[in-house]
Amino acid sequence: MADSIRAFAVIAGAWVRASMTYRASFWSLAVGQALFTLVDFVAITIMFSHIDRLGGFDVAQVALLYGFSGFALGVADLLVGNVELLGRRVRDGSFDAMLVRPVAPLVQVAADQFALRRLGRIVSAVGVLGWALVATNIDWSITKVAVAVATLVSGSVIFCSVFVLGSAFQILAGDASEMMNAFTYGGNTLTQYPLSIYPSEVVKGVTFILPLAFVNWYPALYILGVEDPFDMPVAFHFASPVAATLLAAVAAGCWRAGVRRYRSTGS
Amino acid sequence: MAMIEVEDLRRTFVVRTKSGTLRRGRQEILAVAGLSFAIEPGEMVGYIGPNGAGKSTSIKMLTGILVPTSGSVQVAGMDPSRRRTDLARRIGVVFGQRSGLWWDLPLRDSFDLLARIYDVPRPRYTTNLAAYVDLLDLGPLLDQPVRQLSLGQRMRGDLAATLLHDPQILFLDEPTIGLDVVSKTRLREFLRDLNAERGTTVLLTTHDLGDIEQLCRRVMVIDAGRMVFDDTIAALQRVGGATRTVVVDLERPGEPVVVPGAVVTRVEGARQWLTFPADASAAPIVSALASGYDLVDLSIQEPAIEDVIRLLYARGGAHKAD
Ligand SMILES: Nc1ncnc2c1ncn2[C@@H]1O[C@H](COP(=O)(O)OP(=O)(O)OP(=O)(O)O)[C@@H](O)[C@H]1O
Ligand SMILES: [Mg+2]
Repeated sequence: MADSIRAFAVIAGAWVRASMTYRASFWSLAVGQALFTLVDFVAITIMFSHIDRLGGFDVAQVALLYGFSGFALGVADLLVGNVELLGRRVRDGSFDAMLVRPVAPLVQVAADQFALRRLGRIVSAVGVLGWALVATNIDWSITKVAVAVATLVSGSVIFCSVFVLGSAFQILAGDASEMMNAFTYGGNTLTQYPLSIYPSEVVKGVTFILPLAFVNWYPALYILGVEDPFDMPVAFHFASPVAATLLAAVAAGCWRAGVRRYRSTGS
Repeated sequence: MAMIEVEDLRRTFVVRTKSGTLRRGRQEILAVAGLSFAIEPGEMVGYIGPNGAGKSTSIKMLTGILVPTSGSVQVAGMDPSRRRTDLARRIGVVFGQRSGLWWDLPLRDSFDLLARIYDVPRPRYTTNLAAYVDLLDLGPLLDQPVRQLSLGQRMRGDLAATLLHDPQILFLDEPTIGLDVVSKTRLREFLRDLNAERGTTVLLTTHDLGDIEQLCRRVMVIDAGRMVFDDTIAALQRVGGATRTVVVDLERPGEPVVVPGAVVTRVEGARQWLTFPADASAAPIVSALASGYDLVDLSIQEPAIEDVIRLLYARGGAHKAD
């Protein structure tokens, strides 16, 4: 594990240094990315100029959901978002080279072409989150702080796992990055809104099948002190770390199985 | 203990074929069909076979890229597919068809990055880099992104990159593909020295038999996933069906000579060509010629290795050293 982290830093560092040689373009891309991800949130605030509440939540509460989800996706996107490129590597066989180096191939795929500009997404999510914390009048307690911190970590792990699941699938299918994006970026869009606006089937799906609801929804219900409109067990409010651990284990297993089924190319 | 030990190795690929209008067929390709061999430390072995014979597939199993369908593989005492990352520190792999370098990084950055990934101690890295830059003439290329290098330049870069961590075993899959005569010669010299000085074990795949003739004592020939020959180059030239040729210059032109065990295949003035089986001794033929005819000169030609290989590919029989 320590080895993997070190290797990630080494490879990512090389790419950051390479990208820094074009400094202007680096900053404009980073700022661009931050603004781009804020557009979603601007759309939400515009919506709230016509309505007071969305699924029972006011704008500050939605901002909290948005911030948690955006932060988690931002971290996952920064750390493992590059697995998106795996499909191409599998198809042209360049994944071979990663398998003969003494570093876990997942670390190499994730760190390869590492782009610090993806920090932009995290920065804008932190901004929204900060505003939400000020604008909502949460009755803070030690437990709530702990849940909030655990949520940021668990949410990031959950989105990382979804990326890894998608890339395991790409090894088998060759190209499934569109499908993977549907679950990651799509999942993020879904969780930006209160789940109370969706039918209960969707909520069950993102609770029991792909546990995206644990990225923000359940812990936010607890932090905001809002009744669960779907009457799910109260334990779910604190279950994000459990959901994240389970999903990470499943993702790791699928990734390993995928690598063992890798077939390279004929030439 | 053998450096590489392979026992009844097999690999199949399932491919989907379009058969009929709606039904999709499922076909199994047996790419490697029961290979067994062992390579000792320090050996430099040529690995040849026609296109699609299964050379690359078996090298991928030896390096841990592909998981075998059945059979066993031990490389440096490890099962490659189970201990891929451990094994990676001990081996070097070059696929001539594609690069193991980072396309967008300058060659120097690629080398630096690899040295850190492999934990090559700094002094060792500096010495190795200087040596390979010199031997492979990489100096002027170090600051160019890999994508800007020509095929031969990239190949040299790949080779240096693979050697930075002092691998004990080197797998080379068509390293001379597309290289010009000069580069090829230099690469061969480089490999010969590497093998001689560092004792690196080398498994070399190529379609250029010159590579094999100049570098390897032992050659393995596979066809359709099976070993059809595994012995020395000298033995390869004696393989059944291959012929050697005696060229004699007689004092004056005449009728084709008559010698038991050999047949005249060509007459040109006073010069005649007699062929005889490559595995038969030349001595009785030479002495029969010398006692029965007036000779000016005589020479023996070994079979062209290309011809022997062609015979082997066509025949598909097996020959193995005990
Ligand atoms: N990823 C793959 N998927 C399907 N079939 C494959 C794959 N890789 C190899 N094969 C098949 O396995 C067989 C052996 O291929 P391989 O690449 O090992 O041959 P080779 O001896 O290296 O040939 P060449 O000299 O042309 O490089 C071929 O029939 C090839 O079509
Ligand atoms: Mg090949």
